[in-house]
Amino acid sequence: MLTMTHTALHKIKVHSMEAYPEECCGILLGSENKGSKEVLDVLRIDNAKGENRTRRFLITPADYRRAEAEAEAERLEVIGFYHSHPDHPAMPSQFDLDHAWPSCSYVIASVEERVPCVVRSWVLKDDRSAFEEEPLESLREDSYRRIKTASTRAIRR
Amino acid sequence: MSTKVMIPTPLRAYTEKKDVVLLEGNTVGDLLNQLTNTYAPLRRHLFDDQGLLRSFVNVYVNDEDIRYLQKEQTRVTDQDTVSIIPSIAGGKENEQ
Repeated sequence: MLTMTHTALHKIKVHSMEAYPEECCGILLGSENKGSKEVLDVLRIDNAKGENRTRRFLITPADYRRAEAEAEAERLEVIGFYHSHPDHPAMPSQFDLDHAWPSCSYVIASVEERVPCVVRSWVLKDDRSAFEEEPLESLREDSYRRIKTASTRAIRR
Repeated sequence: MSTKVMIPTPLRAYTEKKDVVLLEGNTVGDLLNQLTNTYAPLRRHLFDDQGLLRSFVNVYVNDEDIRYLQKEQTRVTDQDTVSIIPSIAGGKENEQ
């Protein structure tokens, strides 16, 4: 299960729309507990791909390193990545599969004629044979804050 | 002689959540072999079926990408820090 606020989901959709017809990409920062992940921040990354940007994206090692440092400073973790599929379903391609990292959530937003449509999340199977879909839930900020406050209290105890 | 190897978040599930592992060896290849011998499931994520480092796996010695050094034969000392750093690539299927 991957949860994120409406705001985080909105940021991904807006980025997908603005990048259209090219693919956008970014990094999900948050926390993971017993297989359940929550996105607490979304980092926009410039698509570093020099060509074929309508069907390819690239996040460089330098961008990844910067995101991991930023996450650590906020006591968060890099828990996954997002990218858009312009005029294409929100399902991982063979190219996505061939380049996937384990343990991470791969959020894919489909955009049709500049309108963001479906957003789904996927995780690589341990044997690298395929992606499995993970449930994605977005929560209103107030209910999210309530959950966060409760979990922060639980951690402090 | 132990060299510090930094593990990125996506791989920590395979290293008992450790972000740093101390390994012994004279070259980057020695360290990666020891790493994947210790944590066997890591191998398939770092290396392809031909035993080559996957294209999206970047290994740095201090701040230098080993592709611009001597690749896996790059020599290391206990003063060096080796980092495994992801690049993230993907995208929809080929356009028709």
